[in-house]
Amino acid sequence: MIVATTATPTTGAGTAGAPAPHPAASPDRMPRRAASGAPAWLGLVPFAAYVLLFLALPTLLAVASGFFDGDGGFTFANVAGLADPVILATFWNSAWLSALTAVVGAVLGALACYALLGLEGTRVRGLVDAASGVLAQFGGVMLAFAFIATIGLQGVVTLWLQDALGVDLYADGAWIYALPGLILPYVYFQVPLMIITFMPAMASLKPQWAEANLTLGGTHAGFWRHIGMPVLAPSFVASLLLLFANAFSSYATAAALASQGSQIVPLQIRTALTSETLLGRENLAGALALGMIAVMALTMWAYAAIQRRAARWQR
Amino acid sequence: MSAARPAFAPSPAARTLIGVVLVAFFAIPIVSMLLYTLRDVDGGTTLANWAALADPANAGRYRPIWTGLGNSLVLALVTVAIVLVLLAPTMVLVHLRFPKLRRPFEFLALLPITIPAIVLVVGLAPVYLVIGRTFGTGIWTLAFAYGVTVLPFAYRAIQASIDAVDLATLAEAARSLGASWFQVLWRVLAPNLRPGLVAASLISVAVVLGEYTIASLLGRQNLQTALVVVGKQDPYASVILSLCSLAFAFLLLVVIGRAGARRSRPAPRTSRKARP
Repeated sequence: MIVATTATPTTGAGTAGAPAPHPAASPDRMPRRAASGAPAWLGLVPFAAYVLLFLALPTLLAVASGFFDGDGGFTFANVAGLADPVILATFWNSAWLSALTAVVGAVLGALACYALLGLEGTRVRGLVDAASGVLAQFGGVMLAFAFIATIGLQGVVTLWLQDALGVDLYADGAWIYALPGLILPYVYFQVPLMIITFMPAMASLKPQWAEANLTLGGTHAGFWRHIGMPVLAPSFVASLLLLFANAFSSYATAAALASQGSQIVPLQIRTALTSETLLGRENLAGALALGMIAVMALTMWAYAAIQRRAARWQR
Repeated sequence: MSAARPAFAPSPAARTLIGVVLVAFFAIPIVSMLLYTLRDVDGGTTLANWAALADPANAGRYRPIWTGLGNSLVLALVTVAIVLVLLAPTMVLVHLRFPKLRRPFEFLALLPITIPAIVLVVGLAPVYLVIGRTFGTGIWTLAFAYGVTVLPFAYRAIQASIDAVDLATLAEAARSLGASWFQVLWRVLAPNLRPGLVAASLISVAVVLGEYTIASLLGRQNLQTALVVVGKQDPYASVILSLCSLAFAFLLLVVIGRAGARRSRPAPRTSRKARP
């Protein structure tokens, strides 16, 4: 019997590894006695009902509404509407924005993990762990304001560049409120997430491997090329996928920065939800939600598959 | 410096270079926020923007923020109640009596990661129409949706504690001494799971205070929606409050870290510490 651990699909707040499952907790030690009075499964009912009402039902409603028209009749028109060039363009925007920030975030985060090697248990490591935890959660509206204060039209860095170096950040228009403006804020929350998810893999590199490498005449660079990188590659790709999913599903930062327009899928859903003007497209939001779930499910499935493979080296 | 530095650790120069670049990238926006709020109209430094926030003359303009903050605190409270009263006992029950359900339960608890809030909100809109008719449109009902959003984080925090404590033996011992199941939960298991429960509560508070998507699209007011509304006329107030929220979140996470550290000290075998 496998005792459940938190080793598989994980995200955000730390793959940092749960403590090893306690051997004494194995199920053969469970009390077999039937509880006096009510059967134990009754205890599961409240939570099951809650999850059914607030997780299963909304998800089903969101997806199902994509298949109905305004009068309640079944239709494929909304789903077919996904092939509309405008909608396709938003999916494409979302995809490249997520991919770009995932790659940049993953590389920077992996470098940070590399720099932290050998610092286990020090104050620096504790500080970085705490800061990553906060900054990975620091998405949303507050992040938008941080970047408005930094590189907004009146931002501190914008004005400094103008006064000190004569560089006008906005020579080509106010890009911070458009798609390119999202890149820096997204990288800002991607890097901490990468540190949280990739650090356990980095920490599982065994000093013995490096010693064996040196004993056999290998070099520092050789260690990384022939041992470190191949061992870490699956974990790296898994974290990369998680970062992609993270950016793809992010809404609040974009909503606060780009108050007009709907350049990415979550903003398109906002437009579809808040405006009734799209004729015959009442349930486009549902179809968009379906498209998003499809992308997310695919990404997370690949993540779980690769993570299982990566777990091999993390014993 | 730890005694055994692994041979693949970076050289001090490389470490410093990477450290400086990344710290700069993360510090610049935060420092900019601070400088931005201290900026005077004529380029000087002033505390006027901070003082304006407390000035009664501006009370009307900033009212959405205080309403939103109040709402967010109510939501945080109810969400923590959902985590402690609904999620935690169910996890203990699954662990003790339904070991076969552990993996499906874990899958379920981590599922909200895969379903973005923006997707959930499409389906929540009709659900909340019904809730509005039965429970009224009080802000606290939104906590039901937030309970789902915090589920993965709360689950991981509590599960880490459950894995570190021998629940079965504790429960059996208490039962054989005549405790009722309620007493077992409240007097025996809850104190042993306290680090996990505290961490789960704090992370729930952090997530709820930062939530924007669901509140804004369901047309409710919380701290984040208020920041956006006020920020349209007065960016200074919103930047100041974002900065305060960030400081508050950092404080919360430090408290969580402390709680985690206290737990792992007496048990030497937990070499790798779960950080929620």
